[in-house]
Amino acid sequence: MGSNMAEAHPVGFQWVVEAKSRGARVIHIDPRFTRTSALADTFVPLRAGTDIAFLGGVINHVLTHDLDFREYVRAYTNAAFLVAEGFEDTEDLDGLFSGYDAETGTYGRDLWQYESAEQARTEREGGEGGGDSAMDQERTSPMGHGAAGAPLSGTTGDIAQDPTLQHPRCVFQILKRHFSRYTPEMVERICGTLPGQFREVCEAWTANSNRERTTALVYSVGWTQHSVGAQYIRAGSILQLLLGNIGRPGGGVFALRGHASIQGSTDIPTLFNLLPGYLPMPTAGSHEDLPTYLDDLRSPTQKGYWAGADAYLVSLLKEYFGDNATEGNGYGFDWLPRINGDHGTYRTVMDMVDGKVFGYFLLGQNPAVGSAHGKLQRLGMANLDWLVVRDLAMIESATFWKDSPEVETGEIVPEMCRTEVFFFPAASHVEKEGTFTQTQRMLQWREKAVEPVGDQRSELWFFYHLGRMIRERLAGSTDPRDEPVQKLDWSYAVQGGGAWPEPSAQDVLRRINGYRTDTGEPVGGYTELAADGSTACGCWIYSGVFADGVNQAARRVAHAEQGPYDAEWGWTWPSNRRVLYNRASADPEGRPWSERKKLVWWDAEQGEWTGDDVPDFPKKTPPGFVPPEDATGPDALRGDDAFIMQADGKAWLFAPHGMLDGPLPTHYEPHESPARNLLYGQQGNPTRKVYGRLDNPSNPSPPEAHREVFPFVLTAARLTEHHTAGGMSRQLPYLAELQPELFVEVSPELARIRGLSHLGYAHVVTSRAAVEARVVVTDRMAPLRIDGEVVHQVWLPYHWGGSGLVTGDVVNDLLGVVTDANVFIQESKVATCDVRPGHRPRGAALTAMLAETRARAGVTIETGTTIATAAGVPHLQHTEESS
Amino acid sequence: MGVQRWLESWPVYRQLTGSDPLGRGAAAESPSYTAMRPRTETADRVAGSVCPFCAVGCAQRVYVRDEKVIQIEGDPDSPISRGRLCPKGSASLQLVTGPQRQEKVRYRAPYATEWTDLDLDTAMEMVVDRMLDARERGWQESDEHGNRLARTMGMASLGGATLDNEENYLIKKLFTALGAIQIENQARI
Repeated sequence: MGSNMAEAHPVGFQWVVEAKSRGARVIHIDPRFTRTSALADTFVPLRAGTDIAFLGGVINHVLTHDLDFREYVRAYTNAAFLVAEGFEDTEDLDGLFSGYDAETGTYGRDLWQYESAEQARTEREGGEGGGDSAMDQERTSPMGHGAAGAPLSGTTGDIAQDPTLQHPRCVFQILKRHFSRYTPEMVERICGTLPGQFREVCEAWTANSNRERTTALVYSVGWTQHSVGAQYIRAGSILQLLLGNIGRPGGGVFALRGHASIQGSTDIPTLFNLLPGYLPMPTAGSHEDLPTYLDDLRSPTQKGYWAGADAYLVSLLKEYFGDNATEGNGYGFDWLPRINGDHGTYRTVMDMVDGKVFGYFLLGQNPAVGSAHGKLQRLGMANLDWLVVRDLAMIESATFWKDSPEVETGEIVPEMCRTEVFFFPAASHVEKEGTFTQTQRMLQWREKAVEPVGDQRSELWFFYHLGRMIRERLAGSTDPRDEPVQKLDWSYAVQGGGAWPEPSAQDVLRRINGYRTDTGEPVGGYTELAADGSTACGCWIYSGVFADGVNQAARRVAHAEQGPYDAEWGWTWPSNRRVLYNRASADPEGRPWSERKKLVWWDAEQGEWTGDDVPDFPKKTPPGFVPPEDATGPDALRGDDAFIMQADGKAWLFAPHGMLDGPLPTHYEPHESPARNLLYGQQGNPTRKVYGRLDNPSNPSPPEAHREVFPFVLTAARLTEHHTAGGMSRQLPYLAELQPELFVEVSPELARIRGLSHLGYAHVVTSRAAVEARVVVTDRMAPLRIDGEVVHQVWLPYHWGGSGLVTGDVVNDLLGVVTDANVFIQESKVATCDVRPGHRPRGAALTAMLAETRARAGVTIETGTTIATAAGVPHLQHTEESS
Repeated sequence: MGVQRWLESWPVYRQLTGSDPLGRGAAAESPSYTAMRPRTETADRVAGSVCPFCAVGCAQRVYVRDEKVIQIEGDPDSPISRGRLCPKGSASLQLVTGPQRQEKVRYRAPYATEWTDLDLDTAMEMVVDRMLDARERGWQESDEHGNRLARTMGMASLGGATLDNEENYLIKKLFTALGAIQIENQARI
């Protein structure tokens, strides 16, 4: 679901095809019949933006027919835990959970706690000052908890439980109630999926999930790019947990990612809210010093490996600041800047438009084409003092001042655009060495094949020397704000001589792995890290990649010459482990659930966990272990606490903490939708960020009037033959020839309605832009019947722009910016649009046509900003005064 | 040309008399084809690499002759890709060696209508000047409640998913020390 794997990850898809040839059944659930559908056993259509309704339907099917893997659920999930009194569900509040504040569009989450965790939490919060910043913290800290889950005081013993799963306030019963109205009939009305097709999916999924069999779930950005995207993933996870498909071979939830090291740039983040290894960036007001930061990150009494966060953070600070980081100065914690809200890329671009940002670096990214609302991106860049672009080739984001669509409309005039632009040619992947982390967390080292030519340089070179030069400039400063730069450990080994040597990527990787600060000896893994300054480590989850002083990521033992888990090809974090939480592949007693599905198990003779993969559990903790009352960290894990990073050792069906928009996934309509939410009065995600500004208009959605101006559902995706914003593909003759022109797929019915002819031209129109494309009339985009009404969907690939061997309009210009409050990722997989035959107008005529269209649809700054529509709360508009 | 050689130059004859009755192998080969050698055979060396497009992580072999990349192929040893590459991965040679590659720093002055040239060293110094200036102008010491911020909102950065882990590490480390927090990449979109 949410993935066209055959198209976007074709070489990975060979494994799906191979599994199919061995008898696996492949089901593809998608708005459009794609290359993946063509190779699947079953294709199931649904309306874009309704996956939670569909998954909720499957969850309801599992729960009403008692089809869950009960032993797994009882042992490894929080199904038995009781939620404190006071929690109210979407069933009670017309689509909202308890704690909603209509003024801010956020939840206070105190009412989502476990029965006794609540008390502990209240006590802890009482100790904190800075009440005014509490809301800011709400907005950013859950993202910061990343993969770690969230802090939770006390051990599992403190949480009230009902092992029979009957208590009305136990997670299992709450789940049951929450999804009770997600019936096959409701799925049909919301998603447009026929009951027979839906039943087929339910039956196949449940029949294939048990001791003997497992089911894998694959998603991509078709799930993440929604105003309720994080909850899509939650819904998939809940279902996979109920069916016992997590931590087991052949099971799992697979996120297929789209850039060579997008996993790496999340683990070692160039992201505003994170430090390496999913440690949160410190938040103003809440994280005044190291102890308060650590206490907020993890409770000293909690169980599992996240309890070691102090060692991970202190070791990071030791890598950052070297000998300057001491116990006396909190290891330099105060040298870190503080965040206090949304500093995501879309917020930043709006701040550029508003003149609050002066300089911008683009490092191998092309937002003029690749980010939502391309016009906003380009206008933001046109209002900078300076822009640095580093790329292989000239991209649209480097040349916006002379050839962007706004130059044609007169909104950017080169002679009046003040932005100073530096273009630095980058070294390619064969002209530098280093590691990429691919989508299954595997680091693979690349050797340098040749030297780059001319001014081409690696980012490593660029940033190493920027750092060196800035440090020289600021060496004599007495300004305290320059202290972090002065104290930085920038002593990386370099290769070659002269004034501008290349830094050693191997040395950087060694320091990311971590080492003992006294001997310099590399550590073997994160369990060796300490919070007393005796170890330095740039990214704790990568610790072990340089174990024994060997670059483990550079291993290339041929697959034909090693075991089924290929442990000697590259290196997978954490600890070269292929399957996360693989303790769950064995039953509570430590025996594989079945011979067919064995992965790791307890070896009673040796007194340790063993198996085909690196066991994801304390090696010597036996299955029946019950920790003493006062145990903490890994020592506090019970023998069946398979989810070792969670504060309670259990997988969370219900998330008492960590999600901003609810402890359970709920179907909300997309921000721009053709339909009213049939389940609740609450139409869309009540916490979504709408950025209500004149330059970010929304198309009206029910209950607002005039949706008929944009009657169709718009969705966009990739082609095999191009890559993202096209900067690495539209310039290549082979690829340009294979996919030479932008096109739009429409159904024969829609073609009839709008008078479109196959291979003719049409333009797709939203309140933001009009995009011209060749028409492909195809059954691949079949209309769906949504609550009795026919809804048409249109699809476009999004790779084109103004540069390269093949050019075309920017599909992302069609979109506005609306984001998921958890992660600030934009809803770009679904919007509404109109489709009109023929070429689009150009220049001033285009601007006029869009203005006329907005007027006809009644679009104002307030359209789409009434995010709360449930009964019983004020329906307020959320706009920005600044625009 | 003798009769025998003339006959053998005829693919149908070879197909009927040789070991390739279906005519899909040796029987159909011309002398010029038989004499062709793969570029990879004449390479001076081979570097182990990874495809730079999506995140599947297909292994590549990069063939180098006279310090130039002459071919890029899938690495059959890889347990991920088993030697396969998709159309994008197969086009990597064009990505790396094509004429679209920029070799020189380019500079567009404010209000200019064309690019001009700039030395790399000079460009680096100019960027440092501008970073320090933007950092200063965007500096925020504390918020409206007096909570410490110690940061600058004057500059931002975008991109990292196409770069190496080691590069992302230095980018985040340097910007963090400078107090710049608006550091983002493709994972946000």
